[in-house]
Amino acid sequence: MEANSEMSPLATFRQYLSQGRLAYQRDRDGRAVFYPRVVAPGSGGALSWEISKGYGHVYSTTTVFPREGAPYNVSLIDLDEGFRLMSRVEGLNPDAVRIGMRVRMRVLESEDAPPYPVFDPVGPQ
Amino acid sequence: MMLTRGAAAIVGVAESDLGAVASGLSPLDLMAQGISRALDDCGLQLSDVDGLFAAATQSRMATTALAEYLGIQPKYHDCTYMGGSSFMTLAMHAQAAIEAGLCEVAVVAYGSTQRTAGRQNVAPHDFNPYETPFRPLLPVGAYSLAAARHMHEFGTTREQLAEIAVAARGWALLNPAAWEKKPLSIADVIGSKMVSSPLTVRDCCLVTDGGGAIVLTSAERAKQLRKPPVFILGAGETLSHLTVSNMANLTVTGASRSGELAYRMAGLQPADIDVVEVYDAFTISTLLFLEDLGFCPKGEGGRFVLDGAIAPGGKLPVNTNGGGLSYCHPGMYGIFLLIEAARQLRGECGARQAKDCQTAIAHGNGGVMSTQSTLVLGTEATL
Repeated sequence: MEANSEMSPLATFRQYLSQGRLAYQRDRDGRAVFYPRVVAPGSGGALSWEISKGYGHVYSTTTVFPREGAPYNVSLIDLDEGFRLMSRVEGLNPDAVRIGMRVRMRVLESEDAPPYPVFDPVGPQ
Repeated sequence: MMLTRGAAAIVGVAESDLGAVASGLSPLDLMAQGISRALDDCGLQLSDVDGLFAAATQSRMATTALAEYLGIQPKYHDCTYMGGSSFMTLAMHAQAAIEAGLCEVAVVAYGSTQRTAGRQNVAPHDFNPYETPFRPLLPVGAYSLAAARHMHEFGTTREQLAEIAVAARGWALLNPAAWEKKPLSIADVIGSKMVSSPLTVRDCCLVTDGGGAIVLTSAERAKQLRKPPVFILGAGETLSHLTVSNMANLTVTGASRSGELAYRMAGLQPADIDVVEVYDAFTISTLLFLEDLGFCPKGEGGRFVLDGAIAPGGKLPVNTNGGGLSYCHPGMYGIFLLIEAARQLRGECGARQAKDCQTAIAHGNGGVMSTQSTLVLGTEATL
């Protein structure tokens, strides 16, 4: 009988975030995998954790206008290592975020919620 | 076993009450109403029904609840739940069950009271730790990301998307059952409240109550019933992702795959299709499905719909009941596409009737472009 896992993929991902690092996984063929899983999609094989350099670009973007409160950005970010995640670009008006914009990850920490990755524009836009 | 072209047919169709239904009516009440009316439509009785198929956000054991309500014990039942495309897939499952001899008269039903009950109460979204913290306002946020990407890659414009909402409204004004009763202009669409850029509230489907049902049986039995049968000529389905962040290419949906399968089984091409009913939860949905189902090349959808091309009097009749955008959208719209396609093929649509209508496509979408399910339908002349 195999021993129970000591830590979930989500808890591992969040532990890396709390250290300021954006973690993702690779399968045995070297393919980047995100969101974190217990087995590799497609093959069912093993996965290993890697740390992203945190750079990528905006694949698509929208400004959400909620019923209450200020409009905010939601973007899909393609990381240079070859995986995509949902996040938002901060530090500029939400509708100034452009597809293709170069961005860099920053961990947003708060007292009442788990840490999560957001992005800032980098370089000349 | 593969499904056999033309082996089963839709013989009865009906909507339940639509729009804002009487207070206290339940999704089961609406399903039962739809079933009763659809059986009347073809001249069958409740006692003839031995196959029960249903999907609903407000009833997790939908067929069990429905069998209890109707007081029947079907030989076969199936409540596969895959969002708005469930009903095309349930029709395929019904055909498979009929061909396998598991049942002979199948009913596919849907009911929702999301308008009177409050949308947040009837269709809560799964919590996803990798998306929910960013408040993507699903489902519209996902379709907005697809629209933004389509505009970026292909030069699709806001005006082109608005043209789709205007065409839907044009059809709705010809449909007495449609929720919307007033004309809509491109300027109205673009100038209305932004929900999730680039989509405004007029790019988004209605939030109504409603339900309906279709009755299916074998081709042989279908020919003995009251109305001309609508044969299932082709069927195809696929799934590509659950969450928008896992959709590989935001400008290509699984409809390209489900459509190809359905056309292949039917032995037909897009150019052979007389009337097109596609799931328009958002204007971008219609555009993507016109491309992915082969009515225009990828990236050309915006230019294809210009100048009223899919509106009444245009070159291709699309969403002839007014669609989810202007007729009715109780949350999982797929059943209404089948009802309208069947009525068009029977020639029952009055002012909105498409000319010389022998073939139709009914394409369902579920989730955030996640599940795709396509039926190609035809009259007896197409067998």
